[in-house]
Amino acid sequence: MADITFLDSTELVLNMGPQHPSTHGVLRVILKLDGEKVLGTECIIGYLHRGVEKIAEHRTYAQFNPYVDRMDYVAAVSNGLGYCLAVEKLLNIEAPPRAQAVRVILTELNRIASHLLWLGTHALDIGAITPVFYCLREREEALKIFEKYCGARLTTHAFRIGGLLYETYDGFEQDIRDFCNMFIPKVDEYEELLTNNRIWVGRLKNVGILSADECKEYGVTGPVLRAAGVKWDLRKAQPYSGYEKYEFEIPTRETGDTYDRYLVRMEEMRQSVRIMRQAVEAIPQGPIMGKVGKVIKPAIGEAYVSIEAPKGELGYYVVSDGSTQPYRCRVRPPSFVNLQALDRMIRGGLIADVVAVIGTLDIVLGEVDR
Amino acid sequence: MANLQNKIVRAAKSIFLVDLFQGLWVTFRNQNPKYIYTEQYPAERPKVAERYRGAPRLNINPDNGETLCIACNLCALACPETLIVVSSERNEVTKRKELGNFTYDTSRCMFCGLCEDACPVDALELTQDFEMATYTREGQIWDRQMLEEGPKPTQYKC
Repeated sequence: MADITFLDSTELVLNMGPQHPSTHGVLRVILKLDGEKVLGTECIIGYLHRGVEKIAEHRTYAQFNPYVDRMDYVAAVSNGLGYCLAVEKLLNIEAPPRAQAVRVILTELNRIASHLLWLGTHALDIGAITPVFYCLREREEALKIFEKYCGARLTTHAFRIGGLLYETYDGFEQDIRDFCNMFIPKVDEYEELLTNNRIWVGRLKNVGILSADECKEYGVTGPVLRAAGVKWDLRKAQPYSGYEKYEFEIPTRETGDTYDRYLVRMEEMRQSVRIMRQAVEAIPQGPIMGKVGKVIKPAIGEAYVSIEAPKGELGYYVVSDGSTQPYRCRVRPPSFVNLQALDRMIRGGLIADVVAVIGTLDIVLGEVDR
Repeated sequence: MANLQNKIVRAAKSIFLVDLFQGLWVTFRNQNPKYIYTEQYPAERPKVAERYRGAPRLNINPDNGETLCIACNLCALACPETLIVVSSERNEVTKRKELGNFTYDTSRCMFCGLCEDACPVDALELTQDFEMATYTREGQIWDRQMLEEGPKPTQYKC
């Protein structure tokens, strides 16, 4: 008898998820391991599939608006903005300037809220427990502004096709200013906790490297792309909702490892505050709703609008057949595309890095599965 | 020279665990009681915003106690989940349409607020009540009486 026992097997197949807390939802990753080394991965998605694109075909344009909030539920406002812009393009109208300014403020506030949740959970996955408490504490302030503005904290349904439904409340500008002033020292505080910490640096440096060329091959967008050194931000490249009026930098780094993505997102939060400060000082007066009829019935045609969501390029492709319901509504979610690069990033790495890389991709499974 | 100096500074920082103490100093600063954000929920009830979209309510006219609803069915048409059912009957004496029953399935509601936008007479409204838990699924389907009275959650005092 050959003395081969099960202990001699060099390859081990391990299921990570769908209940694993570090997969940020219901992602299942099948890992092929040789000891601690990852030989290959396979992602199984679809546990959170709700058929949002199919739902769109059975709802009117206005009725589908609350559903888009439920895709990337961490950045619901950005989703709403993308959908509203797509339908507005289809209707060939534009939101009034006041609505655009308020939209920019709320979208940037949502970017901060989304990045804060990413930072907290990412650090928690790596093993730093403290930042999650601080991040959620500051995120709470942002959510309070959402609650005061539109009545909901997470799935906001803040924007309507053609502009805004809600006028800003009394003290909205002051709340935004207070948030900006409060927030910048807090970002410094997170950086003090993490940026130079030797465990943090050791766990993140040179982990999950994705070069600029590979990013382009996979179609990866957002902070992951910018960390690889590509200066690509849709807010600058094809400005929407009046972003051309505001001054801000696109933070980039060179290596494209997990540590660089962390630094890019931290800098993005500061730039968001910068945009909010400029926007809140220059909210124009005027109407908040464009000329949209009670029944939204676009002419036959199609429209594609992509915006820079916190996670990357978020696109909405809406086809109209002239009725009150979209013929087809296709979503290009950033998380789904970014997730495809996971195998390239962790192949050859260690099993402990899998958690770090999933965290740094900043995926939301509601958006991946739709 | 500067290179060597940098190396020495870095080595010293690494030996004396400067980065770790820097982080500990942040956590120490945050011990200040003014940074405590815990809400003592059942004892201290949170104040939700004025525009909060919570439990639905069917408003009644405070003067005569009659419902404001004109049974126009616009809320049922606006609802993406079609969870509102309005039934009406014609009053033979006044020849006007009057509201019969009004059911609202809160278990399927996503509180988007489209129904209150659609209401032409401000009869249907999403209120600041947020405690809507029940022990049965049937209890989640609210009829006209429930919608007019609103939920009555148990309030605890500590």
